[in-house]
Amino acid sequence: MDVLEGICFFIAALLAVGGAAGVVLLRNPFFSVLALVLHLLALATLFLLLHAQFLAAAQIIVYAGAVMVLYLFVAAYVGGGDEPFMPSGPLLTLAPFFAAALFAELAIAALGSGLSAINSEGAKIDPGFGGPAQFGELLLKRFLIPFETASYLLLIAAVGAVVLARRRRGLEHLDEEAGI
Amino acid sequence: MDVSWYIVLSALIFCTGLAGVLSRRNPLVVLLSLELLLNAGNLALVAFSRMWGNADGQIFALVVMVVAACEVVVGLGVIVAMYRNRIPIDVDEMSELRG
Repeated sequence: MDVLEGICFFIAALLAVGGAAGVVLLRNPFFSVLALVLHLLALATLFLLLHAQFLAAAQIIVYAGAVMVLYLFVAAYVGGGDEPFMPSGPLLTLAPFFAAALFAELAIAALGSGLSAINSEGAKIDPGFGGPAQFGELLLKRFLIPFETASYLLLIAAVGAVVLARRRRGLEHLDEEAGI
Repeated sequence: MDVSWYIVLSALIFCTGLAGVLSRRNPLVVLLSLELLLNAGNLALVAFSRMWGNADGQIFALVVMVVAACEVVVGLGVIVAMYRNRIPIDVDEMSELRG
């Protein structure tokens, strides 16, 4: 059982890192989006390994489903500005090195931390851990205000997107139509 | 699997996304790399939530997913508006707000 979990982890981790590298390195934005879908599916597998069943389902349905369709639509609409991973300018050549340095620092920080629990499988958990029942209870009891705030945020973002992507230039025409 | 494996994997994904944000010029790919950053954060949150046996971190991850969805909607709206107004789809060209 433990070996199986390890095999699943390494396959999913490899796919996740490969998908992430594909997003950054591929020339065509369309293929970048497809690489991100692969990455998100691998991440959902990792969530399942961490006993976050509801989050894994939400990840696949909301993220890999809805959000990525939006991305694909815009990538097909705007079209491919084929542009390789070729930094322009002397400062931008430093970007990969900066990222590598940050990874080294983060890895040292995570592995050298005094947390003894980080080298264990984690605390004992109930069978219902990460399930929809626990999620619903937490969202409607302890995290009610963040939950409601999130709904307002989604509403504001939807209205903002409609205003931004209007066919007309701005809101001036709307004012003229209303006779203001 | 130890939790530390997940944390290091999350750091690796974060740094890949950071390299993408810093060096790609297509705003669509910059947004995709931002998704990588947010997902790396999500993975770390879920891993620590597993470590403590406490589901609060998973709620945080769900909120991060909501914020990511909002960011995508507004960002893609900006890209479509750029396309409609014949502005080149290139973040280096968007420098009107520079002081």
